[in-house]
Amino acid sequence: MSNAATQKRALSAVLWDYLTTVDHKKVGILYLIGGGFFFLLGGLEALIIRIQLIKPENDFISAGLYNEMITMHGTTMIFLAATPLLFGLMNYIMPLQIGARDVAFPFLNALGFWLFFSGGILLNCSWFLGGAPDAGWTAYAPLSIQSPGHGTDFYVMGLQLSGAGTLMSGINFLVTIVSMRAPGMTYMRMPLFTWTTFVTSVLTLFAFPALTVGLFLLMFDRMFGSAFFDVALGGNSVIWQHLFWIFGHPEVYILILPAFGVFSEILPTFSKKRLFGYSAMVFATFLIAFLGFMVWAHHMFTVGLGPVANSIFAVATMAIAVPTGIKIFNWLFTMWGGSIVINSAMLWALAFIPSFTIGGMTGVMLGSNVADYQYHDSYFVVAHFHYVIVGGVVFALLAACHYWWPKMFGRILHEGMGKLAFWTFFIGFHLTFFIQHFLGLMGMPRRYWVFLENQGLDTGNLISTIGAFFMTFGTLVFLVNIVYTAIKGEKAPADPWDARTLEWTIASPPAFYNFKQLPLVRGLDPLWIEKTEGNGKMTPAEPLDEIHMPNGSILPLIMTVGFFTASFGFIYQTDHKAWLIAVYAGMALAIGCMVIRSLKDDHGFHISKEELEREAD
Amino acid sequence: MKGWMGKTKALLLFTMLTLFLTACGKENLTALAPKGYGAESSMNLIILTTLIMVGVFVVVMIIYVIALVRFRRKKGQEDYIPKQVEGNHTLETVWTIIPIVLVLIMGVPTVIATFDLADTSNASEHLNVEVTGNQYWWHFNYDGEEIVTSQDLYIPTGERVYLNMMSSDVIHSFWVPTISGKMDVNPENVNTMYIEAYEEGVYWGKCAELCGPSHSLMDFKVIAVSPEEFDQWVSDMQAVDPEEEPQDTVAQEGKELFEANNCMACHAIGSSPAAIGPNLTNFGDRTTVAGILEPTKENLVDWIMDPESIKPGNKMTGAYPSISEEEANSIAEYLLQLKPSEITPESAGN
Repeated sequence: MSNAATQKRALSAVLWDYLTTVDHKKVGILYLIGGGFFFLLGGLEALIIRIQLIKPENDFISAGLYNEMITMHGTTMIFLAATPLLFGLMNYIMPLQIGARDVAFPFLNALGFWLFFSGGILLNCSWFLGGAPDAGWTAYAPLSIQSPGHGTDFYVMGLQLSGAGTLMSGINFLVTIVSMRAPGMTYMRMPLFTWTTFVTSVLTLFAFPALTVGLFLLMFDRMFGSAFFDVALGGNSVIWQHLFWIFGHPEVYILILPAFGVFSEILPTFSKKRLFGYSAMVFATFLIAFLGFMVWAHHMFTVGLGPVANSIFAVATMAIAVPTGIKIFNWLFTMWGGSIVINSAMLWALAFIPSFTIGGMTGVMLGSNVADYQYHDSYFVVAHFHYVIVGGVVFALLAACHYWWPKMFGRILHEGMGKLAFWTFFIGFHLTFFIQHFLGLMGMPRRYWVFLENQGLDTGNLISTIGAFFMTFGTLVFLVNIVYTAIKGEKAPADPWDARTLEWTIASPPAFYNFKQLPLVRGLDPLWIEKTEGNGKMTPAEPLDEIHMPNGSILPLIMTVGFFTASFGFIYQTDHKAWLIAVYAGMALAIGCMVIRSLKDDHGFHISKEELEREAD
Repeated sequence: MKGWMGKTKALLLFTMLTLFLTACGKENLTALAPKGYGAESSMNLIILTTLIMVGVFVVVMIIYVIALVRFRRKKGQEDYIPKQVEGNHTLETVWTIIPIVLVLIMGVPTVIATFDLADTSNASEHLNVEVTGNQYWWHFNYDGEEIVTSQDLYIPTGERVYLNMMSSDVIHSFWVPTISGKMDVNPENVNTMYIEAYEEGVYWGKCAELCGPSHSLMDFKVIAVSPEEFDQWVSDMQAVDPEEEPQDTVAQEGKELFEANNCMACHAIGSSPAAIGPNLTNFGDRTTVAGILEPTKENLVDWIMDPESIKPGNKMTGAYPSISEEEANSIAEYLLQLKPSEITPESAGN
């Protein structure tokens, strides 16, 4: 009885701790949980899509529901799964890699998470409130303007909320990397994952405002009677496509660059060799990011922008192959001459190289705009971006989970289950998507609710659906692995992989202040340097002294509740003006929280020297 | 000797590739066996880029496999520390320069083909068709010919036909994979593209831009017939008398019902350019009912009775009072005998 009571108290204490936390590690874990939840949801939607397409003229779901499925699958996977999962990793790992005790703005970090999460919940509320958005994840006007019901309104407000959260995190990471590196951690000594976090944050900073503007215009059109995209009233629908893709293409790199970062950590660690061509890798990352802003119109080759625009964007698109190629070859030569250990984390990294190369190849092929007139909006494109996003980003996320799980949770994921999950998912992935290249060229456009009989598309679609079931099985095995590891997993030491970077110099999981004393960094791969040239331990860069830590706060959550309420108000005020009360009340709550946060000084707290000394190393 | 071997190999490779590609998909739907100018231009670039990219992939995979096999840690090597190589300038320069050259090899023909396909300066010397995309059907108005059709677009083989395309509602995209790549049909501007079919045939067309629930059901056909047959078709279509009474009594009844139910408010018979609903002038020769169903009377009756069950979200649902099956049957009889021309899809050799 008393035991149960203690447990209950402990549970509510843990809950309260997470609701108020500003610790980058806990925020990171929240991102992983939130992103993981939406990943499963998006996966379920994908499975429903594949079941609908298992045979010609299937009637598993209706046409309207199918369009809701594809819209929510895309939106969920990009905005609510891939991006937050990567941001969760960055949140957890990047400060450890640069030897920092937290991010620069811990309060903002928590607010970023809650905004993302509430945006995702808001978007998914649409399922229960008259139907989800159905104009595709790209929400092209005028279809998105004409879309009946509130589905698209939920899309607009949900993405606006979660987008604000993402933008905040981007700024936060930038400031953290610029200003909080440990002594000796110069820019050119930063691990590649930190570098890609940096570049990704720059991309976020410049790309998301375009989406924000686009969403505002769409919101005004749908809710307040403006006509930015309404052709009949003098608007222009192509503008939406530009705004969306000026955001949307860099978004692809926001996803893939951190994935590159993950592999640039894992491949050297398990090849026992430093990253080949480090400076070229950093340079290539910047080049990809820069070119990433120059190619958005390759999503619009068939819009009719004219031959000059099409040619420029075609050649610019192909040019991205150059820095990407540099990266692929540098990874290959990192392995070359090494001592390669193959475990679950490394398997995902090894599978990434051929899978992503295929995605990159089809990317170049799509860049040739005349060839794209055939590929465009067909299953070829579907195959291409799944090779990039699954073969690149999802593989990276799973590799990163296996690699950093011991650091984050103190236990090592089970190898056997890891390998089973890998092989089923890997085979399922190629089974699902490789055939889709051919389906596209055989004349199957994307976003098709049904394909007709006698069009030669039956076998390909059946194979694709079978593959989806393999992927589902792999995902389920991974989930079982997580549960098993939490209960019976092998305890992890500080450095289970004989790794090279700073996060492996501290306990698994790390103390809440990360580093008792900030480490002195003597070069690239600081831990490796100390292992080979020193005594295997970091030299402290400061005497043991009090550590200043920020206080937790419930304000980010309350502020988010305010925005969430206001969003509902905005959506429903078109039905009845009484809903404006929700807008005002929600905004008052949010702004009230901002005022409190601004006026009330919170100096945080100090961990005393004695307390730090008491804790064992 | 070596050159001869090289050529044979290249020829063999090309033949195998062609065989493989033509085996893929239905011949009048697939983009892999082009039978038109645009599709051929695209295919040339598809083959060029694919070959180059497969070459790159092979190189990557060779290095990858050798690295994995040779440098995988073996038993007893647990303490072996490999040499920590920083990089290699020569190698890195090589794999920067080669891709740049490859991009140029792909880029130049792409740009040339882009300008070629976008060249509409000779449009006035050719047949022009005004194409209107609608949820979820296609309207074709032959410029200066006083001919209007929907769903089935007749064109002469071996001649360029310029399509001036615009949408009446949301964005659609006009795609006939076997004869040409696609172009969007926007609500705010006219997009012009030309198509040219090399062979006679009934080519499947698809809408390739999400346009609502029935996006996947917005199929159409491009029917390419010989220039002589096309001329015949033009004069037949121009000779249509919309007021002509059908021979059959049921069809006569159908015509009366068609008029009584005000079907003509949307559906023109004859060359009216109005495009509220599909033009029905040559309905009896259509390859499909509603773009997707076999052109049988039963299907047409089903479609008239309950269009929503066939094409969700279509604009015909609820546009007229409900009618009995018998009435629908008469209307179907009337519509199916609208066969103004001897040039039909069969003339295209399918």
